[in-house]
Amino acid sequence: MKKNFFSGNIRGLIVLAAAIGLIVTGILLGQYSQVLGKAIRVCLECIGIG
Amino acid sequence: MKKHFLRPGIQLAATLVQNANFKGFFTGKIYKGDTKGVCVPGLNCYSCPGAVGACPIGSLQNFLGSTHFKIPYYVVGLLLFFGALLGRAVCGFLCPFGFIQELIHKIPFPQKKIRTFPGDKQLRYLKYAILLIFVITLPIIFKLTPTFCKYICPAGTLEGGLPIVLIHGSSNGMKTGFLFGWKMGILIICIIACLFIYRPFCKYLCPLGAIYGLCNPISLYRMHFNENACTHCGACVRACPMQVDPVKTPNSAECIRCGKCTGVCPSHALKCGFAFGKNYWHDLTEEGILHENRRQETQGTVSHENPAG
Repeated sequence: MKKNFFSGNIRGLIVLAAAIGLIVTGILLGQYSQVLGKAIRVCLECIGIG
Repeated sequence: MKKHFLRPGIQLAATLVQNANFKGFFTGKIYKGDTKGVCVPGLNCYSCPGAVGACPIGSLQNFLGSTHFKIPYYVVGLLLFFGALLGRAVCGFLCPFGFIQELIHKIPFPQKKIRTFPGDKQLRYLKYAILLIFVITLPIIFKLTPTFCKYICPAGTLEGGLPIVLIHGSSNGMKTGFLFGWKMGILIICIIACLFIYRPFCKYLCPLGAIYGLCNPISLYRMHFNENACTHCGACVRACPMQVDPVKTPNSAECIRCGKCTGVCPSHALKCGFAFGKNYWHDLTEEGILHENRRQETQGTVSHENPAG
């Protein structure tokens, strides 16, 4: 029981570490700015207008 | 008693924090601060006047549908981060649209709610198809078109479209046409469905729920089932509003970690949480369960009621 649970957590921790790596990579590639650029304008299509 | 208000309290706080630009609801202008570059964990339209963060599904489509295709490291990283940490606990605790659906479902009309129906299980796979087709494939094929947001997302209509149309009317070139009518239709169907079914959008349509559902088996916040303590009374199955059997699949992709099953389990065989620290394991041992039973009996708080009823 304990072993199964621990192995489950190991997978979760590996994915979490990979996720942090992806976030850092994305920020270094300027993807934060792209999200910001999109999010600060009203997306008329997204809300069903236009 | 306090426990019953914990999750709604967190849901309300999460909804307010993710939509903290309150003056936007009066001026109709969306927030333009730096936090808008960070994706929030739940489904919350970034065109909502109150939103202070970005919608992860909208941002994902924005990357996949851009004219120069880029691998969306940042958005995928954030989705995996929330997924690996919390799984679908995001749906159960942090998603504003999920909270709205729950509030609508609490309206006591009709008195008899629908728990399941023929085809319910098959329909649950629809959200994976929507993720694959409308969020990933179609934006790549039809550039600059966020197909899920444009044709399906009722959260965008409720949180973004309606407030902006109500505030601005038909000024500023914001003309509502067939598309707005179509999306309003989806929203109205969704609201009516919420009266009968618990969180129908989350169960059948939400692509974000599909992503977090895939993360449920590996997420750090998870359900643990102690077979030795289980009396197979079936209280957990009856209590689950998502129709999950926590005994068979404690980390099912459908489980939103609402904690109803853990609350009704008379033998404390189910536990939900982060598996760190000595106390967590102690609580799951026979000694720990006996200790918890004794503690609750002395306080007279052992609950056998079915909160889903």
